Formats: sequence, structure tokens, C-alpha cells
Amino acid sequence: MAANQTLQRRQSQLTRGHLPSYAVWVVLGASVILGAAIASLIGFTVVGWAIISAIVFVVAATIVTAVAEGERKAKDRLVTFLVYGAFLVALLPLISVIWTVLERGVPGLSYNFLFTSMNGLTGAVDNQAVENGTPVLGGAYHAVLGTLQITLWATLISVPIGLLTAVYLVEYGSGKNLTKAITFFVDVMTGIPSIVAGLFAAALFALLFGPGTRTGFVAAVALSVLMIPVVVRSTEEMLKIVPNELREASYALGVRKWRTITKVVIPTAISGIASGVTLSIARVIGETAPILVTAGFASSINTNVFSGWMSTLPTFIYYQILTPTSPTSPDPSTQRAWAAALLLILMVMLLNLGARFVASFFAPKTSR
Amino acid sequence: MSKRIDVKDLNVYYSKFLAVEDVNINIEARSVTAFIGPSGCGKSTFLRTLNRMHEVIPGARVEGEVLLDGDNLYDTAVDPVTVRGEIGMVFQRPNPFPTMSIRDNVLAGVKLNNKRISKSDADSLVEKSLQGANLWNEVKDRLGRPGSGLSGGQQQRLCIARAIAVSPQVILMDEPCSALDPISTLAIEDLINELKAEYTVVIVTHNMQQAARVSDKTAFFNIAGTGKPGRLIEYGDTTTIFNKPAVKATEDYVSGRFG
Repeated sequence: MAANQTLQRRQSQLTRGHLPSYAVWVVLGASVILGAAIASLIGFTVVGWAIISAIVFVVAATIVTAVAEGERKAKDRLVTFLVYGAFLVALLPLISVIWTVLERGVPGLSYNFLFTSMNGLTGAVDNQAVENGTPVLGGAYHAVLGTLQITLWATLISVPIGLLTAVYLVEYGSGKNLTKAITFFVDVMTGIPSIVAGLFAAALFALLFGPGTRTGFVAAVALSVLMIPVVVRSTEEMLKIVPNELREASYALGVRKWRTITKVVIPTAISGIASGVTLSIARVIGETAPILVTAGFASSINTNVFSGWMSTLPTFIYYQILTPTSPTSPDPSTQRAWAAALLLILMVMLLNLGARFVASFFAPKTSR
Repeated sequence: MSKRIDVKDLNVYYSKFLAVEDVNINIEARSVTAFIGPSGCGKSTFLRTLNRMHEVIPGARVEGEVLLDGDNLYDTAVDPVTVRGEIGMVFQRPNPFPTMSIRDNVLAGVKLNNKRISKSDADSLVEKSLQGANLWNEVKDRLGRPGSGLSGGQQQRLCIARAIAVSPQVILMDEPCSALDPISTLAIEDLINELKAEYTVVIVTHNMQQAARVSDKTAFFNIAGTGKPGRLIEYGDTTTIFNKPAVKATEDYVSGRFG
């Protein structure tokens, strides 16, 4: 009985000194206070305070852990803090961008902005709005329509080409010289500056339909030059990770190769392909330069991609900032530009959410 | 429905490398034939030549004849897809299609080929195939669930159901139990015994007890050394191969004195 009790009371040989879980928070609190003190000595700023507190906290927490728990745990803590720190630093620009765009863009997001174009809106209207303090008129409806149409057409062009190229590369052409050539040129295409893609499309249509041919479709061609390599690359990677066993299982059932590809390989990889396509759309939806040289700029609604100039959100922002509608009071234009920027970010975000939804919808189900 | 296979002077190549040399073997209809031998001796490679799955690998080719009831599989006019419809295959690792339900997996051979099938025919085919694979009672209430949600042994039986749903003449099995536990293995072995009433079954196995338990005839493959081609050393009734083999190498292998 007595032996049993000593056994219970005896400290386990396997546990060593261990800090309570609140210790880190205590160190953090102390570091923040100490950081505030040091920061106010050299001139207080919030940024300086945060940086000094962070450094003090990392050093202090590492030392405390080293003393209480030993060297290995201290190293573990230090690296953990560094990893978290790197993540926070990487997150800062994103938060900053979102914050700035929200702060300046939300006031401009009105019904007017969303559902009217800039047609007939002159500097005088802006001047009046500023003088009378009335809401800013004019909006980005035409640019939203332009963005959607041009991106849609670019997707319609790029996805079939990119998908079929990837299918050839993975399923038919392994080891062939043509495959190596295609892979090489796709890599080169990935690096093409967007303005060059724009110039290419402009020059191509100038050759075919005469100089100065600028329509939404030309812009879509320019964007598809940028999209195709992204679609090929991501689809290729997705097709490659489809296990070969599935192809063999299908062949062994007497299924032809192209049916195996369309009914087994692509459905298995479809969620990855879908998110790859969405990422490629997100990549081109914000392009400005190729749109300017291929679709020109319009201030009125144009629903025909095959004729007439067209605006997109990025070119709308560009023109609102660079050449305000009213040169004497640029504030309404600036407000419209920020609102358009917010709209663009929202569209890309919706696309990404959509991609996730599509991916989870198509993903192979494993539940029992 | 089941056909015999006769192989004449078959050489199997991967590009220039001769993997299996000069195989002559006669596989009876409605029997179970086991291929045994050390790893790398070419028994799986040889098995894959029996339904022209070998040539799926780039550069792979064969010389010689494989006769299915007298028709040469490697005749230039023969479409390998037709051959694979006649000779089904079950692989080492269970590989149900992850995008399909249990029911669709069984119907895969029909549906992937875009053959039209009425719902009632499909239902009876699913039930018949799953019962043939001894899986019906376990999955009949969840045919709509994904096939990848089953246990490994159930998945392998699902793959067998999928293979017999296209009503082949011959079923090839490439180490079908090597990824399974003993209970699932037993289930598959029972199944092989039942399958032999209707199909010609050829099975590659590393497990000699398994070969002795399930097969009527056994073929022993061996290689002389690394880089040399595999050969068929001895082929005969399973009892003979395991009790009184004619060749010393076979005796060494089946009695565990190998190498």
C-alpha cells in the first residue's frame, strides 16, 4: 500500500520542467509594456512600438523557455515565433491593401455607380457635385460589363485550347519531341509581358481587318495569350497526378483511350482543373495595358464584343486617375476609381470562392 | 462462357530489354492457373501480355502468339480494346473509380463505353455482378455511396465485380490479395473458387499457400540473374509442382530454400 502511494506521488521520470500555458501570455504582456517604454524613449509610433515589442517578446520568450524547459524547447519556440512572424509580415500588405481599398472605395459604391455608365458625364457635372455637395454621378456599369464580356470570351478561347494541349502533353505525347517543344514554348509564353500580348493581338487584327481594329474581342484574344499557358500548366499538373491505375482499370474494361480520358481521367482531375482555370481568370481580369491597346476606351455601354471600343474596370480606374473627368476638381473621379478598384477585388474574390465551391462540388467523394 | 489460352514462343520486351523469354503454356478453360516465382521474374509482365495491357507502357512490345480459343490476340487486325473486353483484369491495388458510386463502378464497363442499358437491366447486372463478387449483402443498401469509401477488401471485390460485369471469357488477377488482410484474402480466395465454374482464371501470387489453395495448375517463373530475361521453368498440376516438381529450382523455391 505504502509502496503504491509513493509510486503515485513520485514525479514521472519522463516529464521535465514545463512552463504553464499562460507563461507565454505573461511574457507577451511584459514585452508589450517594455516595448511601449522603449518606443516612447526614441519617439513613439505605433509601428515602432509593434516592432520593438515583437523583438523583445521573441528574445524574452526564447530565454525564458531556455532557462525553464531546456535548449531544444527554446529552439522550437524561437522557430515557431519566426514562422508566425513571417506569416504576419506576408499578411501585412494584403491587409493594408484591403483596408485602403475598403476605406476609399465604400463611399463611392452607390446604386448610381453600379448601374450607370460615364456616358454624357462631363467635367461640369463633377464640378457641380463638388460645389453643391450632391452625390457623385456617373459609374462603372459599362466597365463591369466590358470586364465580364472580355474575360468570358478570353476564357472561352483559352480553356479548350489549354485543356486539349494539356491532354496531349500528358496522355499522348510523353517523350515525343513535339511535347518537349510545346512545353518549352508554353514556358516562354508564361513569361510574355502583358503589353506584348496586347500588341500581338492588336497587330494580328490590324493585319486581318485593317489598322485600328479595336474591339472587345481583340482584347479577349490578347488576354487568352496570357491565359493559355496558365491553363496548360495547371491542367497538366492535375492530369499528371491522376493515378495510372485508374487509366489501366479503364483500359482493362475494354474502354477506348479517348473515352478513358473524357470519362475517367478528366472527371477525376476536374476540381483541380476548375480551380486552375479560375486562377488564370483572376490573373487576367486585372490586366490594364493589353486592354488599352486592343479595346481602346469607352465611356458608354457596349454589349457587342465584335464592334466598337470597350472599357474594363482596370482601364476605367486608369483613366479616372490619370485624366480626371473634371481637371479642376478630380475628387469625384478619384472616388470612382477607388470604388471600381473595390469592385474589381470583390469580383476576383467571388471568383476564388466560386472556384472553391466548384472544386468541392466536383471533388471525388470519399465519405462512407 | 470461358475460353482457353495457348501461348506459343512468346518473347516480351520493354523497348530493347527482353523481359520474358520463350514462354509456351496452355491454360485450360474453367480452371484456375497460378503463376509463382520471385520478384522481377516477369510473371506480372507475362500476365499483362495476355490481355494486351502490356503495350500500354510506352516502348513495350511482344513477339510470338497468344491464342484465345485458337484466335491470335496479336494478329495485326485485332483491336486491343476488343481483347480487353474478352479478358478482364484485377490489379494488385484495389482501384475503384473515385468519381463514381458503387453502382456506377460496377456499371463502369458498360457506361464508359456509352452502351445503352435500361434501368432494370442495369439493376439486375449490378446485383448479379456484386453477388458474383460476394459483395452484394455488404453494399446493397448503399449502392449510391462512393466506391472509395469501402474497406480495402471490399474495394478489391468491387473491382472483381466491375471486371465480371462486362462478362469476360477470362479473368486475370495480378496479386489481388497482396494489399489485403487475411480475412479479406480468404473472401477473395473463396470467390476465385466460385469464379472457376464460369471463367478461366489466371492469378499471379507471391503467396505459395495461396497458389496451393486456389489453383488447379501452377506455373513457376524464374530469372537466371539481374538483367537476364525471365523464363517459364515448370508448369503442371499444382499438386505435382508443390510435391514432386521435376526441376530442382522449382523444388528449392516451393520449399523455401531459394537463393
